[in-house]
Amino acid sequence: MAIRIAVKVNGRAQVHDVEPRLLLVHYLRDVLSLTGTHVGCETSLCGACTVLLDGQAVKSCTLLAVQADGADITTIEGLARDGQLHPVQEGFWEEHGLQCGYCTPGMILAGVALLNENPNPSEADIRRAIAGNLCRCTGYQHIVNAIQSAARKLKQKSRKKS
Amino acid sequence: MMTKTRWVGKPLKRKEDPRLIQGLAHYVDDLALPGLRYAAIVRSPHAHARILGIRFAAALESPGVVAVLTGEDIRGKLGMVPVAADLPELKVPPHPPLALDKVRYVGEPVAVVVGDSRYRARDAAELVEVDYEPLPAVTNPEKALEKNSPLVHEQFKTNQACLWKLEGGFPDKAFKQAHRIVRQRFTNQRLIPVAMEPRGVVAQYDAGEELLTVWSSTQIPHLLRTQIAAMLGVPEMRVRVIAPEVGGGFGSKLNVYGEEALVAHLAMKLGRPVKWIESRRENFLSTIHGRDQINEVEVAVKRDGTLLALRCRIVADLGAYHQLLTPAIPTLTGLLLLGAYKIPAVKIEYVGVFTNKMATDAYRGAGRPEATFLIERMMDLVAMELKQDPAEIRLKNFPQPKDFPYATPTGVIYDSGDYAAALKKALAQVGYKKLRQEQKRLWKQGRYLGVGLSSYVEICAMGPSSQMPAGGWESATVRIEPTGKVTVLTGSSPHGQGQETSFAQLVAEELGLTPDDVIVIHGDTKAVPYGIGTFGSRATAVGGTAVYLSLQKLKQKLTRMAAHLLGVAPEQVVIGEGELFVKGKPRQAKKFLEVVQAAYVAKTLPPGFEPGLEATSFFEPSNFTFPFGTHVCVVEVERETGDVHIRRYVAVDDCGRVINPLLVDGQVHGGIVQSIGQALFEEAVYDENGQLVTGELMDYAIPRAWDVPRFETSRTVTPSPVNPMGVKGVGEAGTIGATPAVVNAVVDALRPLGIRDIAMPLKRERLWELFQKKRAR
Repeated sequence: MAIRIAVKVNGRAQVHDVEPRLLLVHYLRDVLSLTGTHVGCETSLCGACTVLLDGQAVKSCTLLAVQADGADITTIEGLARDGQLHPVQEGFWEEHGLQCGYCTPGMILAGVALLNENPNPSEADIRRAIAGNLCRCTGYQHIVNAIQSAARKLKQKSRKKS
Repeated sequence: MMTKTRWVGKPLKRKEDPRLIQGLAHYVDDLALPGLRYAAIVRSPHAHARILGIRFAAALESPGVVAVLTGEDIRGKLGMVPVAADLPELKVPPHPPLALDKVRYVGEPVAVVVGDSRYRARDAAELVEVDYEPLPAVTNPEKALEKNSPLVHEQFKTNQACLWKLEGGFPDKAFKQAHRIVRQRFTNQRLIPVAMEPRGVVAQYDAGEELLTVWSSTQIPHLLRTQIAAMLGVPEMRVRVIAPEVGGGFGSKLNVYGEEALVAHLAMKLGRPVKWIESRRENFLSTIHGRDQINEVEVAVKRDGTLLALRCRIVADLGAYHQLLTPAIPTLTGLLLLGAYKIPAVKIEYVGVFTNKMATDAYRGAGRPEATFLIERMMDLVAMELKQDPAEIRLKNFPQPKDFPYATPTGVIYDSGDYAAALKKALAQVGYKKLRQEQKRLWKQGRYLGVGLSSYVEICAMGPSSQMPAGGWESATVRIEPTGKVTVLTGSSPHGQGQETSFAQLVAEELGLTPDDVIVIHGDTKAVPYGIGTFGSRATAVGGTAVYLSLQKLKQKLTRMAAHLLGVAPEQVVIGEGELFVKGKPRQAKKFLEVVQAAYVAKTLPPGFEPGLEATSFFEPSNFTFPFGTHVCVVEVERETGDVHIRRYVAVDDCGRVINPLLVDGQVHGGIVQSIGQALFEEAVYDENGQLVTGELMDYAIPRAWDVPRFETSRTVTPSPVNPMGVKGVGEAGTIGATPAVVNAVVDALRPLGIRDIAMPLKRERLWELFQKKRAR
């Protein structure tokens, strides 16, 4: 028994027949070969599988693919535009916001979701926003710096536009 | 060396990051191979039980299932899980990849199911029925040593796995002469490493080439290859191990696991590639744990606070079976037990104990955090009993810079250090005197501010081969390609530490290139000469030195070649930026590329000059290195909730010369947070029946971003004489140094309650209870 779903992933329309029990993260990884989204716990506790679903940061290991039917999904692979890294990606690179890299895609997307909602977050805001994303390498300080750096860049960009 | 520093010492952003921040990296589970099959493992729900029978017909008939194997199917075909540690009279029980006859811990593999999808394999694993006869389990190591305890391995007639003793100086005499003896019992609780990427293995057998390829999330690809070949009975040259992108290790992947050989066996047997990815639940149950020691310590002191001797009994809970280094880890605790202090006498007894739990093994710091915790807590207790300042008591007992190299009574030789300088720097930065005044003021207001110190030293850059179970050297090949670009093949196996960048900095510095001219390859036994791997803060100090030595060989060849082309003596040639020139005559120069091409085209060579530009070195260190430092933690404990707020955290670390300060800070931050995890949150709890109660991230609290403060890090630089670059290593410093700083701070804060010690982790409920008890009194 398969159910047809239609989603938009990183700007591209996708239609697939999937098992009702297929997790969204496995749909992204195994069906679409978007392996940048990682599985860290399958219990929504670690955040490695975080993606943007209609702009919201969600944990794709505890959503079924069928629940995402009709949604617009952004994974780490869809963040850079025209070869240009997203400011949050740049921030992680410049501030050494990652070591082993396993939590990084989820962490970056949690950072993007935060800055979409709150372009001017305090350090406490940032630490709260990424509290659902575990990192065992960095001790978080450089991740916080990375998101702060991205916030500054995004502000400069919006100033230039206006 | 390195008087110029164009690249070394610079905070370069990492070369590995573009793939990692764009989702372009490949971890084990990202590999897709045609015809891939998926393995799911059936694990024991009992801590101790006899296997009466296994029924798997239903699993075998389940859709998509291609094989089910039990211990009986691999008996005699697949070797035992290896242990490399060697101690006198060590008891080594057989450790099959799938249990035979008996299971001895919850999570022990009993059967494996292979299906055509991960979901179907897991479905079928649920259908495997195992008949168990439960047996009494033992989970407390001290009870396990009692006469009437259940036996984990009956054949030994005891649960004592090993007994290791160490004595130096005249400890018993010192204790007789002491003015005071300070005693304490500590429990260093069991921890779970929780690398964010669980373990995983993919194996593929090419029958035509007779080549088995194993991708594993490992820190030691070459050692794993040797062991897999031995377990399978396959010639080693027919095995290739690849450590792809590895999502964190912390020692938990410095091992050889039964699953790694089992998946390889399945791939050969089925003629199909097979993948096994550990679930987080499995990761908690069946990837090695860390720490788990009980320490009875006593310190003999003079009235003025001079330490005379230390005696310690270590009871280490090793779990049910030995993994690669299990029984060796507490010996590191023994070697480092005297910490950063000049204590003339020591007596240590370490008893390793079998229990019905997962094996312990190397978890970040591996035996050394236990030692540091113990000695740093004792320093505070000595200060408390003698009514002295904890900083003063430390300063009084440090070896002085002139004492180095300093031989400890435990038999190790500290290479270099200025421990007082690091302590003083940390005190100045945190404003120690003012803090003590503020503390007194706040105590009067019923607020609980505490300041905790930890002056640590650690044993790093593992290490001289004489002291290591399976070689302590490291290899590196550096090849200058005909186009002038450079390929480095390193036996180190970084998994987040950033050596693709720091080694490139080293190459750029030495050859007058840029890091963009360099690629660093690691983790593939087909490409890289035999290496030892990444653990024990060794990659830079040992692996980096191998790179450095290869670079010196190449520099010699380059200057000879350039001298030949320029018609001068090699001693007259200097390597500049992108060129080689005659000393004092910068216009008399040859482009780097021109020299390189001349070495490859080989039309005209200096006499006896071998064509090509490739050099391999195997660096054997003469000693460990001994990074050190002082961490100061300032906390306020909330009376109403028991919450610990870390107000300041100052870390002054000395890891010798630094290649990339950004990476060093990253290592220190991460280490401290793991340490805070042990101090305040983390504890692996087994109940009396041997069930792991903290078997998921829901129940085992690793620190989150809002649980930890911003750290103030700085350094002193004392080069190590052990290697030519003077580097020491930094991968474990934070984890080794920080736990006692946090605990000392909390105990210090609660001094008005008459508290002497609090068992880790210092959970808020534990502290809240202390306040309640005080109130009740």
